[in-house]
Amino acid sequence: MSASLTVNQTMTSSVVNTATTPAPYATSAPEPQTVVPGPTPEQVRLAAERVASTEAAARRRRERLAVFVQRVVPGIVGILLFLLLWQGVAQWVGNFPGPAKVWDSAVKLFSDPFYQKGPNDQGIGWNIISSLKRVGIGFGLAALVGIPLGFLIGRFATMDRMTAPIISILRPVSPLAWLPIGLMVFKAANPAAIWVIFICSIWPMIINTAVGVQRIPQDYLNVARVLNLSEWKVFTKILFPAVLPYMLTGVKLSIGVAWLVIVAAEMLTGGVGIGFWLWDEWNNLVMEHIIIAIFTIGIVGLILEQALIWIARRFQFE
Amino acid sequence: MTQGFHLVVDNVDKRFNTKQGEFIAIRDINLRVQRGEFVALIGHSGCGKSTLLNLIAGLSTASSGVLVCAGREIAGPGPDRGVVFQNHSLLPWLTCFDNVYLAVERVFSGKEGNAQLKARTEAALKMVGLAHAMHKHPNEISGGMKQRVGIARALAIEPAVLLLDEPFGALDALTRAHLQDELMRIVAETKSTVVMVTHDVDEAVLLSDKIVMMTNGPAATIGEILEVNLPRPRDRLALAEDTDYHHYRKAVVEFLYAKQKKAA
Repeated sequence: MSASLTVNQTMTSSVVNTATTPAPYATSAPEPQTVVPGPTPEQVRLAAERVASTEAAARRRRERLAVFVQRVVPGIVGILLFLLLWQGVAQWVGNFPGPAKVWDSAVKLFSDPFYQKGPNDQGIGWNIISSLKRVGIGFGLAALVGIPLGFLIGRFATMDRMTAPIISILRPVSPLAWLPIGLMVFKAANPAAIWVIFICSIWPMIINTAVGVQRIPQDYLNVARVLNLSEWKVFTKILFPAVLPYMLTGVKLSIGVAWLVIVAAEMLTGGVGIGFWLWDEWNNLVMEHIIIAIFTIGIVGLILEQALIWIARRFQFE
Repeated sequence: MTQGFHLVVDNVDKRFNTKQGEFIAIRDINLRVQRGEFVALIGHSGCGKSTLLNLIAGLSTASSGVLVCAGREIAGPGPDRGVVFQNHSLLPWLTCFDNVYLAVERVFSGKEGNAQLKARTEAALKMVGLAHAMHKHPNEISGGMKQRVGIARALAIEPAVLLLDEPFGALDALTRAHLQDELMRIVAETKSTVVMVTHDVDEAVLLSDKIVMMTNGPAATIGEILEVNLPRPRDRLALAEDTDYHHYRKAVVEFLYAKQKKAA
């Protein structure tokens, strides 16, 4: 039994290896085949399966490699081309730092992100955190107001008609147009910046939540009706989960807007923050830091958006 | 006059106001259903059979006439009537268990503890043969299984009447046959009173004690009522050879395709 199995194994390996190594004994060793009983059909089948499975594994490996090449390699090539272009521009334009110089500067900057030397000279970590804090407060307040408002607008047609003209007029207003109002009302830069975040990030949440409520399938509401569910149950078990994906889309758009706006708002209001830091480094003419700020803003924005996409995916049902 | 009947529909009309004026969907509907009876509503599409079922469910109200279920006038939807919708209407964010539990909790939570509520939910899912898929979400199970959960949800609340709105219409023929057999077994087990909307003649004859045939709309009404006196339990294989079965089937087909012929 075991002998015939080893024969099988050598058979399979020879089948696999024929392409690379010739089998010198294949013709000169017919005797063992007559001594050892030939493989049973079952064993032949097993051997064939083994061959098939190793072939399948090899095929899977090849496919994975192909997918990797198709998906990832273009991205890497794109980045390399971008760096090349950047280097070219740096060579043409005086004072413009190339990738290598910026990289060195970034390594230095990020090796000590949390130093504090007075209010105008803090580590980049503090700057990012201050900006995120402002975005968090402004955006959080907007969610607190915008989501319930969206529910009301979606649920009651009168509310919708009442608010529609105001929303349509105020929504397209440029973020920074709101800044003077904030400065006038709060008489301080920081709350004014938060106010700008609030007013700019509230619209996508109101609109998406309202649309979500309006699009709840009648079937779900019929279930609530035939069971005579309490208002609380209807809200927690049907309304809220049904609207959640729409709401999260609104939240995702809002956080994108908030992060876009914070940089502009901080440039004007000053204080600690990545936007202010960018402007400060322009006044100091440290070009490397400006480029680092741009990349930092981009990467933080990307992380915020990906985090929300990840959360939203967890609440996708169909 | 309505004594002894479990479900009574008395002189019911349903009219809708449209831009073109008043539209009469159904009129002069009179129906008596006994406890434990299985009634099928059949007719061409647009004949108002779903309208009638919605009136019994309480999802809409009659323009005139009275509906009485288990001695109480139907004023709105309520858990004394369990409804199985055509498209299952399960909440996709809840597991099968939680979908049924939502209904069980609504009806029994005042009287029973959590353990009993859980036991009821499990029993209902077991009855429809889904004990193994209890904790799956609706998108993880087949269309037939979803419809079983719908049936479990409707029956778990021990309704006075079970209302089925073309429950198997969206399923393939084999799954449908299987679920019809299951439904017959469950109804026999629970002694439920059932009103079912269907457009499938074989389904109506196989399942019903009484087939209510409706005329074409607008202003549709009950054309004929056919009593189906086939012995239970019914077996679809044996019935295929049965002369009575074919007689009933022919009566329904004649009504639908000769008397109430409808241009496609």
